[in-house]
Amino acid sequence: MSLAIDVRRLRFRYGGGPWVLDIRELTLERGTRAFLFGSSGSGKTTLLGVLAGVLKPDEGEVGVLGRDLASLSGAQRDAFRAAHIGYVFQMFNLIPYLSVLDNIALPVRMNAQRKARLDGAGVKETAAMLADHLQIGDLLKRRVTELSVGQQQRVAACRALIGAPELIVADEPTSSLDFDRREAFLELLFRECERAGATLVFVSHDRALEGMFSRTISLPDINGAAL
Amino acid sequence: MLSLDLALKSLRNRAFSTSLTVGSIALSVALLIGVENVRVGMRESFSNTISQTDLIVGAKGGTIQLLLYSVFGMGSPTNNLSWDTYREWAEHPAVEWTIPYGLGDSHRGFRVIGTNEDFYRHYRYRGGQAIALAEGRAGSEVFDVTLGADVATELGYGIGDEVEVTHGIGEVGFLNHEHLPFTVVGILDKTFTPVDRAVYVTLEGIEAIHFGWEDGAPPMPGEEPTPDDVLAMEEIEITQVTSFFVGATNRRDVLRLQREINDYESEPMMAVIPGLALSEMWQGIGYAETGLRVVTIFVVLVGLLGMLVSLYTSLNERRREMAILRAVGAGPRRIVALLVLESMCLAAAGAICGLGLVYVLLSAGQPIVEAQVGLFIPIRPPGAVEWLFLGAVVTAGFVMGFVPALKAYRTALHDGLAVRV
Repeated sequence: MSLAIDVRRLRFRYGGGPWVLDIRELTLERGTRAFLFGSSGSGKTTLLGVLAGVLKPDEGEVGVLGRDLASLSGAQRDAFRAAHIGYVFQMFNLIPYLSVLDNIALPVRMNAQRKARLDGAGVKETAAMLADHLQIGDLLKRRVTELSVGQQQRVAACRALIGAPELIVADEPTSSLDFDRREAFLELLFRECERAGATLVFVSHDRALEGMFSRTISLPDINGAAL
Repeated sequence: MLSLDLALKSLRNRAFSTSLTVGSIALSVALLIGVENVRVGMRESFSNTISQTDLIVGAKGGTIQLLLYSVFGMGSPTNNLSWDTYREWAEHPAVEWTIPYGLGDSHRGFRVIGTNEDFYRHYRYRGGQAIALAEGRAGSEVFDVTLGADVATELGYGIGDEVEVTHGIGEVGFLNHEHLPFTVVGILDKTFTPVDRAVYVTLEGIEAIHFGWEDGAPPMPGEEPTPDDVLAMEEIEITQVTSFFVGATNRRDVLRLQREINDYESEPMMAVIPGLALSEMWQGIGYAETGLRVVTIFVVLVGLLGMLVSLYTSLNERRREMAILRAVGAGPRRIVALLVLESMCLAAAGAICGLGLVYVLLSAGQPIVEAQVGLFIPIRPPGAVEWLFLGAVVTAGFVMGFVPALKAYRTALHDGLAVRV
């Protein structure tokens, strides 16, 4: 199975509201660094919710890493997300009462498959290694509330990457960073995804970053739901 | 384990509101357990007012009335028994010892009890403790007076002080037997029973103050006997007692003895078994007890509701946290578990702190309460009732935790990964 994402005839709406997503087809090869753009309100976050298995589509198939999420139960989708998907939010990514290290280690403690993929290395060591790669190795013991926004986003990236999930979903993770830092953050993220062989779906409304990606998807072009 | 770890860290992160919540639960639990302890202490001190006495005998009347005036120094006796009748029963083969009581007089609000050396020899309270003298000696002469510990303290009397006896019971007796002064010869050790609030004279003393009285009327002025008249008498004849305590030779004979006394034909009289009468009385007072318990249970509920409010109101600012947990793979069930665990931890911490608080307060307050109120509250390891209360509090915390938990569950399902406010 070489497709990381294979969405067919997907339709989604909140409650009985208007359709938010109506996507005939969206496929993504494994290992792709995809740039998904669209203006705010074009359904970006909703699509990510569906891909991550948090939202259940009303119609269609949502193939992710060879599994059709639409046919899974809520608990199965939760377990699938825990095992195979790393997620980075736009901001406020971290749980305030956990240390940097505990925040990074959270997915591994939550899911046995993620832990098994550490290949016997300790959680702490792996977290420390990832933190080193993202140049925040000296912050592990700190409280997350003491970190700058840029540092927080790197911690969030470490958390998404730990235990080598096959799919990394990032929802405008750089929008709160200034331009120089955006590029630096992206380069670190790319390097880690490549190291782990992970597929990256990166969402933004800011097309200035488009050139750094191997594939660009325009959500308004593929989303038939008129908004 | 992860959920518990998260719950504890989350609570620690909100240390201020957590400690307030735990504090309020602890206070309410301490109140609940404290009231329970005081209740047990009260009941024990009540039923330990008198011990090892098998029967209390007096003129026919109400059982509780007999108990009240003989043991608690409350209410008034209706009738006396003749001395001959008393002697007859005292020498009954099934009777090992007796303590005669002559009642009806008072000294500045404290009851005067006429008795004899049998009182000091046989009277027992709280698990068989005997009457002991703090100073002086037990009264044995006509004008000797022995004071209960509280009487001596409250009236500031010492050995050698003169005391007047009032006829009738009450703060101000209507007639003072002031022509016959009594002298304090002894003060009893504190017993934390009604013994402390009584004045003990001899039966002869009681007779002496009533010399010259006819049909309840005092002697005419000028005809009162003087102390010298009384002392000149070779022997004072005791004519009556109000009630007497009986120790049976064999406890198996008590019921038979009681029946015999109740059926005695020469004089209408009755015998009560103190243990039974005491528990009958306690049942009457027990309503207040239940009321108190209901109130404290409500206080605990209020404490837990405070916790509910604090958890519930914190949920809105924690929606972000829930979304993050969802993103890393937490199912709605784990969100529920997290909040229920938080609630349980708060309740458990409150319960344990409350229990600790009770012991701290008890050990600090026990001597004070004992000295001030005369109530001895035993300190003992938590018993079945305490564990039951603590279990109930933690269970209530568990059940109540579902209120914020289900709210968070719905919010988490609705929010997904985006926080819509």
